[in-house]
Amino acid sequence: MEQTFLIASIVISLLMFLSLYRAVRGPTVLDRLIGVNAMGSKTTTLLVLIGLLYQRVDMFVDIALAYAMLNFIAVLAASRYFQKRKGLYDEGAQQ
Amino acid sequence: MIILFTLLLFCGLVFFTGGTVGILRFPDFYTRLHPAGKLDTFGLVTTMGALAVYVLFSQHQPLTALKIVLIVVFVFITSPTATHAIVDAGVRAGLRPWGKDTSNSEETDVLAD
Repeated sequence: MEQTFLIASIVISLLMFLSLYRAVRGPTVLDRLIGVNAMGSKTTTLLVLIGLLYQRVDMFVDIALAYAMLNFIAVLAASRYFQKRKGLYDEGAQQ
Repeated sequence: MIILFTLLLFCGLVFFTGGTVGILRFPDFYTRLHPAGKLDTFGLVTTMGALAVYVLFSQHQPLTALKIVLIVVFVFITSPTATHAIVDAGVRAGLRPWGKDTSNSEETDVLAD
């Protein structure tokens, strides 16, 4: 059963690297925000899988819950900040 | 129970893969939000459901399984809110949707830089 957890964790980690491409090369700031949000939701699953691998699920579940809250608040604050700015395409081209 | 766990985990990994490929390959900001929302809610719900089934029936920890279900409920509330906030920021900042007339002007210029 540990093999299953390990394979699922490795697959999720590779998918996080693929999401990192969108966060690095996104044309606009909001594309980067989409990539970061996808990586955060994958991290929530990965934390519980790590807890199952280390036989300490009861501790890692709390960390996963805190990470889900942190991800939500970060995305909400960043999108509220960037909606006040005009011309996101020009900024994305400059970066 | 092991069969249910494996099936749910595989389904969640398929949703994660599809969402990530969609985020990478869709042409526009608004279209990229569609696989992002799928990945956030359904992929995480299926994988977390699989882990909750495993923790409840194979490790006999009902409180931990309840906490995992609590994460699922929380994500079901917050993920559509976050997606709507990103769309709202894009609309208010004046991003134009991808179409036939704008398909080759802005996106390729930005990517060429």
